[in-house]
Amino acid sequence: MGLLSFLSWSAGKAPTMLRLPSGSFTVDRTGRVIASTLASSFPAPLIHAIGGAVLGAFQDAAALQQPLTELVIHYPSLKITAREMRGGALIFLVPINLAGPAN
Amino acid sequence: MRGLRLSTKRRAPRRNPARSAPVSIVPTDFPAPDAAPEYSLLTDIRPLLARAVSRPPPQRHVQMDHTRKILLVDDEADLLDIYQAELRKLPGPPQLTVANSGVAALTQLERNAFDLLITDLRMPRMDGLQLIAIVRRKYPALRTVVLTSLPDEQFRARVYALGVDLFWQKPATETEMALFRECIESMLERADAGGFRGLQSKSLMDILQLECLSQNSVVLRIVNGPLQGRIWINHGDLWDAEAGGLQGEEALLHILGWKTGTFESLPAEPDHPRTIQKSANALLLESAQAQDEARSRESDTDLVRRTGANPLRRLEGFEFLLPFNDQKDLGREAGDIENAGLLADWARATLQRFTALGDTLQAGALDTVVALGRQCHLGLASANGVHFCAGWRSHLDAATVRKSTKKAAALWVS
Repeated sequence: MGLLSFLSWSAGKAPTMLRLPSGSFTVDRTGRVIASTLASSFPAPLIHAIGGAVLGAFQDAAALQQPLTELVIHYPSLKITAREMRGGALIFLVPINLAGPAN
Repeated sequence: MRGLRLSTKRRAPRRNPARSAPVSIVPTDFPAPDAAPEYSLLTDIRPLLARAVSRPPPQRHVQMDHTRKILLVDDEADLLDIYQAELRKLPGPPQLTVANSGVAALTQLERNAFDLLITDLRMPRMDGLQLIAIVRRKYPALRTVVLTSLPDEQFRARVYALGVDLFWQKPATETEMALFRECIESMLERADAGGFRGLQSKSLMDILQLECLSQNSVVLRIVNGPLQGRIWINHGDLWDAEAGGLQGEEALLHILGWKTGTFESLPAEPDHPRTIQKSANALLLESAQAQDEARSRESDTDLVRRTGANPLRRLEGFEFLLPFNDQKDLGREAGDIENAGLLADWARATLQRFTALGDTLQAGALDTVVALGRQCHLGLASANGVHFCAGWRSHLDAATVRKSTKKAAALWVS
C-alpha cells in the first residue's frame, strides 16, 4: 500500500494550472479594460486577447455595413457572449462543464 | 471523416434470429469506401460476408501481434516508476518510454512511433493541455490518455474538447489501479485489432448490403448531425425509408447521399407498410450511379442542387448560405446578397480570429459563432473542411441561429 499512499498524497496537491474564468469584463473602443469581475489570477494578456478578437469582429462587421449587436462564440469548454456598447463591448465568459446543463 | 460510425447501441435482439447475422462483427479489413467503387455489386462482398460470419468473436486478453509502445509523461519520477511497474503487468507487456516534461515527450514522439500517450496534466513549463494540443495536431492517430490528480470538471471538459481518448484521475486504490490497467489494455487491444476506428470507414451502402444479404429484419436509424432518417428492412428487402419529410425511395436515396453519421439498429417492424417495391440491389446501384454522376458534375456548384430541391429553404428564417474554404468562396445558396464576397471575407477572418483565440485559451476547437444584427443574424460554422456563413431573419434568437446554422451546414455537406 505504500505506493498507493504515495498516489493518494499526489492527488491531494493543489492545482496550479490556469482555469477558464467565469465572469464579465468591459472594454472600450480602443480595447482598454474598463471594468472586470474576472478573477485577478486570470492573466491580463488573455483578457486583452479576448477583447481584441471581439472588438475586431464588431468593427469589421460595421465596416461592411452589417452592424452587430451581439456575438456568441461557442467552444466545447467555453462560451463567450459579447454585447456591443458604443464601439466597445461587454463580454461574458462562461466555462462549460460536461456535467453541467447544456449551453 | 468518411463513412458511418457503427454504433454499439443495439437495443434488442433480432426478431428472426435464425436468419440474422450480426452486423457488429463486420471485419475491419473491408475495403474502405475510397478504395473500392461505392457501387460495388452485392455479389462482390459475399466472400467477405462469409468471412465475417465465420470469424470467431474477439477474445478478451488476446495476445498482441507486436509489442505496443507507450509513452509515459509525468514530471514526478516516482510516479513514472509506479506506472511503469503497473503497466508491465499487462499481457504482452508493452514497451514503455518515459519523459519527465512535455518538451521531452515531444522529442520522443519525433524519434519514435508510439501507440499510446499517457500524460499528466500539471507539469512545469509545458503543461499537459499544451502537450495534448500539439500532439492532437501533429499525431492525430495517436491515442492519448490524461492521468491527473485534478478532479476538476472544467479540466475534464477541456481535455475531452482537445480530443483525448480518456481522462482518468490518478488511481489511489488497488481497485482503481486494476481498472486503469484494464482500460489501457482494452485501448491497446482495440488499436491492435483495428477496432472501432476501423469500422468508421464503412459506408452506409456497405451496411445496407450486409443487412440485405443477411436477410435481416431491422429498422436502421441513421443520424447525420442534425439530420435523421430511418430505413425499414424486412427479411432482407428494403421496405420503407423516411428522412427530412421525404418517404420511400426518395428518402432512401436522400439518406444514401449522406457521407458521414452514426446508425443504430432498432427492432424490426414487420407490420410497417411497404412503400419501396424495387429490389435492394437495383436501388443501391441506382443510388451509386446517381452519386457517381453527381461527382462528375461537381465543381464549384453546391451539392444541394444535385437533388433538384433545396431543403435549406425549409429551415425557418433562412436567408442565405455562403460556403467557402480557406482560399475561396464556393458559391452561394438562396437569396441575393449584396457584397457576398466581402461578407465571406469577414466570416473567414472571424472564424480564423476565434479559432486562434480558442487555441490561446485552450478551450477546444471553435464550434460556432453567432452574430446578431439589427437587419439580419449570421451564423458561422465549419463542417468537413468547409466553412459556412448563414444568414437568418432577425426574429430568431441566438440559440436557434446556432442550431439552424449547424443544420444548414450539415444539409449542404450531405
